[in-house]
Amino acid sequence: MNGWNQFLWIIYPYIVITIFITGHFYRLNHYPFSWTSKSSEFLEKRTLRWGSLLFHWGIIFVIVGHVAGLLVPISVYQGLGISDEAYHMMALSAGGIAGLSTLIGAFILMVRRFRVKRVRATSSVGDRVAIVLILIVLFTGLTATGTNAVGQTGFDYRTTINPWIRGILTFQPDASLMTAVPVAFKIHILAALSLFAVWPFTRLVHVFSFPLTYLRRRYVIYRQRRPSCERKSDKTVV
Amino acid sequence: MKIKAQIGMVMNLDKCIGCHTCSVTCKNTWTNRSGTEYMYWNNVETKPGIGYPKQWEDQETYRGGWVLKDGQLELRSGGRASRLANIFHNPDQPTMDDYYEPWTYDYEKLTDSPEKKHQPVARSKSTVTGEYMDIEWGPNWEDDLAGAHETGTQDVNMEDIEESIRMEFEDVFMMYLPRICEHCLNPSCVSACPSGAMYKRDEDGIVLVDQEACRAWRFCVSSCPYKKVYFNWKTHKAEKCTLCFPRIEAGMPTICSETCVGRIRYLGILLYDADAVEAAASVADEQDLYESQLSIFLDPHDPEVIAQARHDGIPEDWLEAARRSPVYKMAVDWKIALPLHPEYRTLPMVWYVPPLSPIINRFEGKGSSAHPEDVFPAIDEMRIPIQYLANLLAAGDTKVIRRVLKKMAAMRSYMRTVHVGGQMEPEWLEKVGMDADRVEAMYRLLAIAKYEDRFVIPAAHKEECSDLMLEQGACGLDFAGGPGSCGVFG
Repeated sequence: MNGWNQFLWIIYPYIVITIFITGHFYRLNHYPFSWTSKSSEFLEKRTLRWGSLLFHWGIIFVIVGHVAGLLVPISVYQGLGISDEAYHMMALSAGGIAGLSTLIGAFILMVRRFRVKRVRATSSVGDRVAIVLILIVLFTGLTATGTNAVGQTGFDYRTTINPWIRGILTFQPDASLMTAVPVAFKIHILAALSLFAVWPFTRLVHVFSFPLTYLRRRYVIYRQRRPSCERKSDKTVV
Repeated sequence: MKIKAQIGMVMNLDKCIGCHTCSVTCKNTWTNRSGTEYMYWNNVETKPGIGYPKQWEDQETYRGGWVLKDGQLELRSGGRASRLANIFHNPDQPTMDDYYEPWTYDYEKLTDSPEKKHQPVARSKSTVTGEYMDIEWGPNWEDDLAGAHETGTQDVNMEDIEESIRMEFEDVFMMYLPRICEHCLNPSCVSACPSGAMYKRDEDGIVLVDQEACRAWRFCVSSCPYKKVYFNWKTHKAEKCTLCFPRIEAGMPTICSETCVGRIRYLGILLYDADAVEAAASVADEQDLYESQLSIFLDPHDPEVIAQARHDGIPEDWLEAARRSPVYKMAVDWKIALPLHPEYRTLPMVWYVPPLSPIINRFEGKGSSAHPEDVFPAIDEMRIPIQYLANLLAAGDTKVIRRVLKKMAAMRSYMRTVHVGGQMEPEWLEKVGMDADRVEAMYRLLAIAKYEDRFVIPAAHKEECSDLMLEQGACGLDFAGGPGSCGVFG
């Protein structure tokens, strides 16, 4: 079992991280033309409105919640004087609303992808894999959190998964932290890792293109033709 | 002052016969790829009509172009932050149904069909889904007013025209409106692009999309009030009219101009003050936009302008081309070419000579000799076309249209006296601010101008800055799926 633990919670995560980082750089450098959000709003926009808005706004809060729960050490909360009850109330209510709206949104997007003729006809394997994996990750995540809350198991991811992830990210991995984690969370984590593994090869790369620089940019952009050069004929002019 | 050069186009609507040769040659050159079948970078609309895409002029729906907010120029779709907030679903974006779903025919059925009692039929098939479809709308559905009894009255330019006389048979009029990208001086598509993929070329003002930087946020499509940026549903990138820049760089006209049967198109250089663009687009009254746009163009004969232009790096042969520019003559000097929908505040650079034909046609058959004495009052009486043309080309200001049409009518009458005989008092020319020499020059350019006079395009002299030996045998525009693709990526 120890070998399995080593693979699942140390080797596999590092394989995924390697694929994730090099995959993005490889694609950006070698296939910049393929880097797009692959919007299908042009083909269908009514269903997309609900699916996309619920999903995207939901996922932003879900990501913020994961950062708060998995990357911020429990000592920070204790130092701030936030009790465990207060933390879990917040995490469950806010996370539940965000997670559910993301799940509903993703479900609408998946139905749209497989049912709307134009969208189905223009979908790639990557598009289908991405939306199905996202739904699995969302569903397992909500199930894990839900069963944990209902069962009052006394399990706190802030003392187990949280230090495990920080260990991975700081190159001090410790697989033993994951042994006591309920199986629902384990499935969620493995599904998420699989999603990150295919990420660079799907439309999901657009997350890293969110155009924040636009907020501070001048409106009209002029570009000089490349290669720009000093023209010989100009030099002869007085 | 910072002088830039801009390549502009004039289309003389009086000579457009609506043959769509421009659309076809453009399509064969640029948009015959999968994902672009629905695009017509150049299209010809019959007006009145709702056009392509449907209702493109209705900015209440698409929220394209600019508006003045507290004296400041702002995109109609809102500021930068509101655009990012709408990035997951752009409420203003047109869909394929607003253009049309592209189709082909099941031609194989015609040859594969066994002998039957009835002729086999090639049914229409969507090129997007591959399924059979019923065709309910197309790129030129309203050709020659087809269906105009339904769609014509929905034309936005029909505003301010009394309902009862809009489509009465005896008042019916029509005209053709060929449209390409306006390559605006104040482009709203470029301004709305969150990824900075769209840009205006510094040297000639051509507006392009960097295919590798486009991330499919789609705001260019909705923010262009002319709906001349299109979304390639296959590559998921924005595409638009390039003003055939590979040809322009070589000193050749665009393919739409080159092949225009009526020779209605003119291409030339205009010099303008880049520092004055924003102020010109920000004047309070929409009807002042035409004059304010004209005010930023500079006289290429003025020694001070020439000196400053040299200082700003504009080459000598470009200055010479600016002096010979047919666009300068028609738009700035004679003021007979007008910008399309100046009220969008984008300062468009494709100019239109309004058609006199709807008025002359109406007038003919009433025993007139087409003397200005008779034609001028008729121009004023023709309330419907005048107001319509004003809504199209002058933000509703009928005075501008009257002035242009009277110039055109005076020119026709004058040349009639020259060629056919008869009398025309010189004061008729003075009344429209012309004299015999200028009218003759105008006539030559409008009626009998040769290729070199219609297209005055200075070459970009690429041979002086790029290694052409290296480019031998390479494909131009060879991005994946691009028109020059060698086929490596299909």
